[in-house]
Amino acid sequence: MSRRGDWVYENNGGTCVAIAGADYCVIAADTRLSVGYSILTRDHSKICELADKCVLASSGFQGDIKALHKNLAARELLYQHQHNKRMSCPAMAQLLSNTLYYKRFFPYYAFNVLGGLDSEGKGCVFTYDAVGSYERTGYSAQGTGSTLIMPVLDNQLKSPSPLLLPARDAVTPLSETEAIDLVKDVFASATERDIYTGDKLEIVVVNKAGTRREYIDLRKD
Amino acid sequence: MASDTGASYGSTLRYKSVERIKAVGKHSLIGASGEFSDFQEILRYLDELTLSDHMWDDGNSLGPKEIHSYLTRVMYNRRNKFDPLWNSLVLGGVKKGPKGEEKYLGMVNMIGTHFEENHIATGFGNHLAIPILRAEWHEDMTFEEAVKLVEKCLLVLLYRDRSSINKFQIAKITTEGATIYPPYSLKTYWGFAHFENPAQGAVGSW
Repeated sequence: MSRRGDWVYENNGGTCVAIAGADYCVIAADTRLSVGYSILTRDHSKICELADKCVLASSGFQGDIKALHKNLAARELLYQHQHNKRMSCPAMAQLLSNTLYYKRFFPYYAFNVLGGLDSEGKGCVFTYDAVGSYERTGYSAQGTGSTLIMPVLDNQLKSPSPLLLPARDAVTPLSETEAIDLVKDVFASATERDIYTGDKLEIVVVNKAGTRREYIDLRKD
Repeated sequence: MASDTGASYGSTLRYKSVERIKAVGKHSLIGASGEFSDFQEILRYLDELTLSDHMWDDGNSLGPKEIHSYLTRVMYNRRNKFDPLWNSLVLGGVKKGPKGEEKYLGMVNMIGTHFEENHIATGFGNHLAIPILRAEWHEDMTFEEAVKLVEKCLLVLLYRDRSSINKFQIAKITTEGATIYPPYSLKTYWGFAHFENPAQGAVGSW
């Protein structure tokens, strides 16, 4: 029975999005936990606050996600003890990449979006694949609804071409409220067509005042 | 928490009086589906855990949240070694905390997927019982109301799940302790007209 390896992973579904602004970052994820065609629970958070200015949202196999979050949170605590300060978002970005690549030959089935403020207080978003390849961008979506959401974000946030010289910042000029409204809109749309996305949306906003959380209802079907 | 008392071996109903729900420590109940020998192994792990906890003699005792967390780590780490405990575990309990009596109910499966909810089911229960529980569960049900609701689910499962048998056990956990009630059966009805003469109106040449 356990000779074939297909039982080791399962996809518990869900979508994560993050948008970086001039002095804020919005990180959002739905709260549905699924397995196959069933919903296990409608109220399960995919978001982990790793540091005061650094928030991770992950979608994929929940066992691996929880283990990954626990691992990173423990490493952040060690960093705090050793350096007498909290980890910056770019530092955590590198740590996450290394942690994922460490299990390159038995990966964490986790699709991550890391968001927060960089050392200058500007919003930053880092987007990953399952084995640690990452990039700093102005916005990103990962998970089962990412293919539905990413084109809409590209259209609305008018990302400059990466071929431009000098390099242009992808961070959006939108205000915090406009970015949050956009996040709510894209999730409402993704919920319509992606069976694994829905139930409730958890939004975490990081700015210089601190971190706050919001919950919005989504379609439960 | 409720379960039937059957344990199959493929399509054979091998054991008919199996206790799939056990008390753990003073505050919790564990129920299991899947490989029964792996459940027995988990009970041995929990024995060691509760023994160490008792031997600390520090006035603390492990509550359902702690046991659930421990089991999640065990299941996930066995999965990482490609040597799983092939079970779906349900962990429930009540413990007095700083905010009063805190009740807890959670599940962990063989690869370490885990969550907490007001109603949990394993196997076919996810498809047949959870919809009933989502519609009819509400906060502050009495024990009698809860038993009736759970019996409604067990009956549906008895009718529709081929591996279930008509012999059930209910277990209750409160701050006073755990009670596992003796096994009993539910009344079933098979007197439907269609069952009287099943071949009537059937199309076929033989």
